[in-house]
Amino acid sequence: MTESFQNAQSSDRTRPRKQIHLGAHFPGVNNTTVWSDPDSGSQIEFSSFVHLAQTAERGLFDFFFLAEGLRLREHRGRIHDLDVVGRPDTFTVLNALAAVTDRLGLAGTVNTTFNEPYELARQFASLDHLSGGRAAWNAVTSPDAFTGENFRRGGYLERERRYERAAEIIAVARLLWDAWAPDAVEADPATGRFLREGAVEAFAYLGAQFDVSGTFNVPRSPQGHPVIFQAGDSDQGREFGASHADVIFSRHTEHADAKAFYADVKDRLGRHGREERDLLIMPGVSFVLGDTEAEARENAEEVRRKQVGPQTAIAFLEQVWGQDLSHLDPDGPVPEFDPETADVHITRGRVRHQQDQSSIAQRWKAIADAKELSIRELVIETTARLQLVGTPASVAAQIDDYVQGDAVDGFILVPHLTPGGLDRFVDEVVPILQERGSFRTEYTGTTLRDHLGLAPAPTKRGTPQ
Amino acid sequence: MTDRDLHLGVALAPAGHHPAAWRLTEDRTRLWNPGTYAAQAKTAAAARLDFIAVDDSFAPPSGLVRETQGTLDAVAISARVAPVAAGIGLLPTVTTTHTEPFHTSKAIATLDYVSSGRAGWEAKVSDTAAEADHFGRKAVAEPEELYAEAEDAVEVVARLWDSWEDDAVIRDLPTGRYIDRGRLHYIDFEGPHFSVKGPSITPRPPQGQPLVAVRADADAALGLAARRADIVRIAPGNPDAAHTRRAAVRRAVADAGRDPDRVAVLADLVVHLADTDAEARKGLEGLDRAAGRPWRPNAALFAGTPEALADLIGRWHRDGAADGFTILPAALPSDLDAFANRTVPILRESAGFRREYPGATLRDTFGLDRPANRYAGTVTR
Ligand SMILES: Cc1cc2nc3c(=O)[nH]c(=O)nc-3n(C[C@H](O)[C@H](O)[C@H](O)COP(=O)(O)O)c2cc1C
Repeated sequence: MTESFQNAQSSDRTRPRKQIHLGAHFPGVNNTTVWSDPDSGSQIEFSSFVHLAQTAERGLFDFFFLAEGLRLREHRGRIHDLDVVGRPDTFTVLNALAAVTDRLGLAGTVNTTFNEPYELARQFASLDHLSGGRAAWNAVTSPDAFTGENFRRGGYLERERRYERAAEIIAVARLLWDAWAPDAVEADPATGRFLREGAVEAFAYLGAQFDVSGTFNVPRSPQGHPVIFQAGDSDQGREFGASHADVIFSRHTEHADAKAFYADVKDRLGRHGREERDLLIMPGVSFVLGDTEAEARENAEEVRRKQVGPQTAIAFLEQVWGQDLSHLDPDGPVPEFDPETADVHITRGRVRHQQDQSSIAQRWKAIADAKELSIRELVIETTARLQLVGTPASVAAQIDDYVQGDAVDGFILVPHLTPGGLDRFVDEVVPILQERGSFRTEYTGTTLRDHLGLAPAPTKRGTPQ
Repeated sequence: MTDRDLHLGVALAPAGHHPAAWRLTEDRTRLWNPGTYAAQAKTAAAARLDFIAVDDSFAPPSGLVRETQGTLDAVAISARVAPVAAGIGLLPTVTTTHTEPFHTSKAIATLDYVSSGRAGWEAKVSDTAAEADHFGRKAVAEPEELYAEAEDAVEVVARLWDSWEDDAVIRDLPTGRYIDRGRLHYIDFEGPHFSVKGPSITPRPPQGQPLVAVRADADAALGLAARRADIVRIAPGNPDAAHTRRAAVRRAVADAGRDPDRVAVLADLVVHLADTDAEARKGLEGLDRAAGRPWRPNAALFAGTPEALADLIGRWHRDGAADGFTILPAALPSDLDAFANRTVPILRESAGFRREYPGATLRDTFGLDRPANRYAGTVTR
């Protein structure tokens, strides 16, 4: 796992050091988050969010990050009960966090399919006002009918049109964010006018997805346009990121893969009239620290065993095999029989990145045979997300090498413990990054755009199309 | 009737409820900065008021350039002030016409979490074509239909709050289960306007059921208020009108099979305060001149001294015209400051208004128990 990080190339010495960007991901509702640990706190009490956000701010992070899923995951037709379950409303928790932090960016994942643009634009503009310019929107597009069962229109959107809708929703949002001129509020007792005449423009948008018109009722917010994140990985998703996003939350962490993704997406920017610095690539990554390399590796193994308990091992196997395998012994051998190909959607409500179940099963069987692994050992081996494992100094070096080597612009760190999982990173890794001259020693700006080094939002963008 | 608790809330606004109130504020061009709302909320909490109401709609700005324009999302404002204003209830308005009930439910549940049990919401219909055009999905409907849809939305929101039992998180190491899924429930709501499957993504909020407020000036709203509201807001022009409306609301609540003494009927009251009556009236006239039109708010308007206001509030309350008030300060923060620092202390002596919050939650403030979960003991699927 760690080897690939050590392969990272040091950068060209003539170039000034790139500055690392860091985000703090609130632990999610999947098995990365370890709840069996005695130190694992509440997934929903506000105090957990406050602790992580204030820790991130103490560490001078760029932003706090919240994921979202609008339907509880199901496995074999029943609510999945082995992982953490339960999350807050994105906007509400971020606005409350704005009260207990000062500079930290507040990035929220919000779906583009099950929301309407006037309402969303207003919610993000409100968060931007109420946080003094710290709002970001991770625009995710999942259109599945399973989630749609919680909403007025049900599963109305075909998968092929998910990015059409996302692009239009962002186009409308930008139209609305630009509707009030920056100097619209005159508030001059001498003239008696609160609003400058003509400073609020009406809008009208007609597209395949929306037919909306009227006047926006929120004044232009401190950042003008909140920062836009994108997390889809398909070709359409990358194109969407290259044309619309300020940050891509990627899942490409293995070094060569990260470099390839970085180059691919940054290459696309030119076609959209944008420059390299207009889009940051920040993969999500977990981390495990130790006083020595050996201790860190031991800690990582321990975390992996907690992430993949016996029941979770069987559930993963069932996902690949597409059938009930509850009779199998997790410490026993991997089944000889072939997977069920009919019911590949045994797990619903979770983002899927791979489709071909039977080839995965073949690969898993081969690995188990070669290494003589039990079911649980196999799942621990095959589902490992790439982690930063090592001493604070070596983890700092790995992060810095990735950034200086143009594999990433920074990382969104995913702690596996709520809420204290970031404490040690902030106390021990951040100072080393600072000593290396690669990470800020104080916030120099007040807005998230400032932290990310993004240009101010233009005041008028034409309607796309 | 005099042993009824007096309830007092305040409706926040960036500069005040008078359309020209911006003239009196210091930081005129930065009205939407979070400090504005936080300061108002802290003043209200220090006076131990019941709640902050944050009115809201998707309506476009009026376009009148002499008047304050621009509004932020009400749940957002409520969440932003929750951690800094202790003890006070938070009552944002959310429309039932355009906003997804699933989103509303988790937003208010989360407001309840970030405030440790002080959330409620005012369920409001959107009845203008301008709002409908902002969404572009449906035409504006007749009031009867809007309120029928509102009732379904309130039902869905309430069911989703109960869709997790309180003890659903079990963290059972031997079986590897984080939750007992038998204590999570599909709500399977189906109605003419929407179907919602559930369960919520957010666990049951601290209060179990946050409070529901409904404005019941229109007769079309009476059924919704009678069947669903914990707090009914009315905007009568005088004590007689208040008396009549409160009696009608209480009859409707009783007809709906609920106890009218558990539903607080609160009158909106616009206030502008000064050391003398003449000064207060002069102040209002000045604001009207600044707006270029006489302001006729859609509620009773009091301009006078803080002492006379205490007298009026005590009288309406004693006579059964209202269980309390939602104060709409014409100018902020000055009218709220005067109300909190001068009117409220008098009401403590004369009308028994509280000195401390009775408990930690908004339900406690309104003397309401934490309700049992409607799904407790039922089997999932
Ligand atoms: C790293 C990463 C994190 C994601 N997080 C979320 C999330 O929190 N909520 C969600 O609904 N989708 C999430 N997604 C899914 C997507 O953003 C995207 O909408 C979905 O994968 C479909 O687009 P695609 O086909 O381009 O991947 C995530 C994707 C990636 C790669």
